[in-house]
Amino acid sequence: MNGFFDIPSDLQHSYPGLISWHMQEALIPVLVGLLLALPIGLLCVRFNWVYAPVLWVTTVLYAIPSLAFFVVLIDYTGLSRLTVMIPLSLYSLVILVPSVVDGVRSVPEETNAAAAAMGIGLVRRYFQVQLPIAVPAITAGLRVATASSISLVSVGALIGNQGALGNLLTTAMLYHRPVLAVNSVVTTAVLAVVVDALLVLLRRVLTPWQPPSARRAGRGRATTAGAARTPESVS
Amino acid sequence: MIAIEDVSKRYADGTVAVDRLSLQIPDHSITVLVGPSGCGKTTTLRMINRMVEPSSGTIRINGEDIRSRPVNALRRSMGYVIQNAGLFQHRTILDNIATVPRLLGWSKERARARAAELMERVGLDPGMARRYPYQLSGGQQQRVGVARALASDPPILLMDEPFSAVDPVVRRGLQEELLRIQEELGKAIVFVTHDMDEAITVGDRVAVMRTGGKLAQFASPDELLSSPADAFVEEFLGADRGIRGLSFLSTRELTLDRTAVFPVGADWQEIAGRADAPAQVLVTDAAGRPLGWADPTAWGGEVEALEPHGQTFEVGRDSLRVALDRAVLSPTGRAVAVDGAGQVLGVAGQETIAAAIRAARRQRAADSEPGPSQVKAAR
Repeated sequence: MNGFFDIPSDLQHSYPGLISWHMQEALIPVLVGLLLALPIGLLCVRFNWVYAPVLWVTTVLYAIPSLAFFVVLIDYTGLSRLTVMIPLSLYSLVILVPSVVDGVRSVPEETNAAAAAMGIGLVRRYFQVQLPIAVPAITAGLRVATASSISLVSVGALIGNQGALGNLLTTAMLYHRPVLAVNSVVTTAVLAVVVDALLVLLRRVLTPWQPPSARRAGRGRATTAGAARTPESVS
Repeated sequence: MIAIEDVSKRYADGTVAVDRLSLQIPDHSITVLVGPSGCGKTTTLRMINRMVEPSSGTIRINGEDIRSRPVNALRRSMGYVIQNAGLFQHRTILDNIATVPRLLGWSKERARARAAELMERVGLDPGMARRYPYQLSGGQQQRVGVARALASDPPILLMDEPFSAVDPVVRRGLQEELLRIQEELGKAIVFVTHDMDEAITVGDRVAVMRTGGKLAQFASPDELLSSPADAFVEEFLGADRGIRGLSFLSTRELTLDRTAVFPVGADWQEIAGRADAPAQVLVTDAAGRPLGWADPTAWGGEVEALEPHGQTFEVGRDSLRVALDRAVLSPTGRAVAVDGAGQVLGVAGQETIAAAIRAARRQRAADSEPGPSQVKAAR
């Protein structure tokens, strides 16, 4: 693998620089998606009827191919990182809202009743009782969202070289250096695996209260459900 | 004092959960709401802490309308225990119990110290403090539920079928624990159950409700068993209410027979030779504790050859129900009465007990008012 880490200078980044850029572009949208999903989740839990329209809107957004989304956004945000990160935030949101809502809905009825009866108000109950109990479901959603986000950043290479590691793919074609393409794919995959492992670790740390059997089974249905509908299978 | 005044709960679809219920729930006592499913007992309980709002009527606590306070402040002033405990699975036992004190703004240290104190009070091993709910049995979880409800020392405790999901042996232990704690704390407890036995065991007053949310009878357990208001209450009390009612009659007045009790070192030749020698005598050890039954003409003096006397009853503490039960199970048809130290006071046959029951009933009818001398016992 000669020249595997030999990044052409016109990318204006070192190999570690590309990785750090890629992670920012992939993970900030997931974080934004999560921060948006929490209040939306609260609304959906509080007002049951909100969930169906929210799910409908987010699913429609999800069906928009990422490239089409980028092109539309160029008019507003130009060839910037924002143009990549806005669609990725929305995709994360689509995955995370059902995770949050389903997770919160799985909280046992008597736990909710006990919390209400103890005088724990609605918002406090959501953040102090329901969300902590929903952590396994939410991390399952986060795993899907981050994996999909990490892979999707590469598409940004097509809009003004905003694809971080994905830029290696275009450069590989430009300079006829397929090894750079291999680098891009392998590095992206390794990043996805590492972040996924970190999320599993995070869940373990956050849920010492789970019985060991549930911890092993904690991969969650969101993973399989989400995997069947990654945006790139559409675009 | 919780005053439920003419309260109804109707739902939009027309079902009536509670129909013009009026009930005075006194302080320092356990009031049980009992009835078949759909009788509105849980709805009634939940109206007291406003988890359900009445369609009409008023609920007052010490004269103050419960709607005059912010709902969460009201709820924090009452303990609530629910079926299956409803513990917060993501919090340790200690932090579960400390929930309401923390909500009331206590410091973490103070709340946890209080929680540790309560674990002891409800009979939980302090070693469990750092465990999570999944590591506890159902009975232990329910103890945590009770401790959590008591954490801020509220004057009122609401209990919604708290012991229904545990097995009968554990349930009996929890009921006894509740009565013990209540003796120490003297809360106003409202206890919902569908189990009449449980109602009679824990209740100072029992409100029997019928389907449709109507009050059928509100009385002491004793009164309920001896004079049910109507056929519904009578049927709900079950087939053995006569026997169960004996739980409230004392053994203090029972006539005990001492002529058939002899110490192990007695002159058996002489006893066997008496003209009126009893067919069966109770042999006691030197300290007066029962050893077993013997036929004085046939017994050779070996303790091993005695017929076991079975369980005894303690005069004054146990009820006539226990005495009758012992007599029925005894091989000689006579129950062995002991004092607090386990020394034999005498024996009582089934006929003697039956006579005592009739006498007590006559006495009761003469008094007509249930007096303070009644024993509260289902032991």
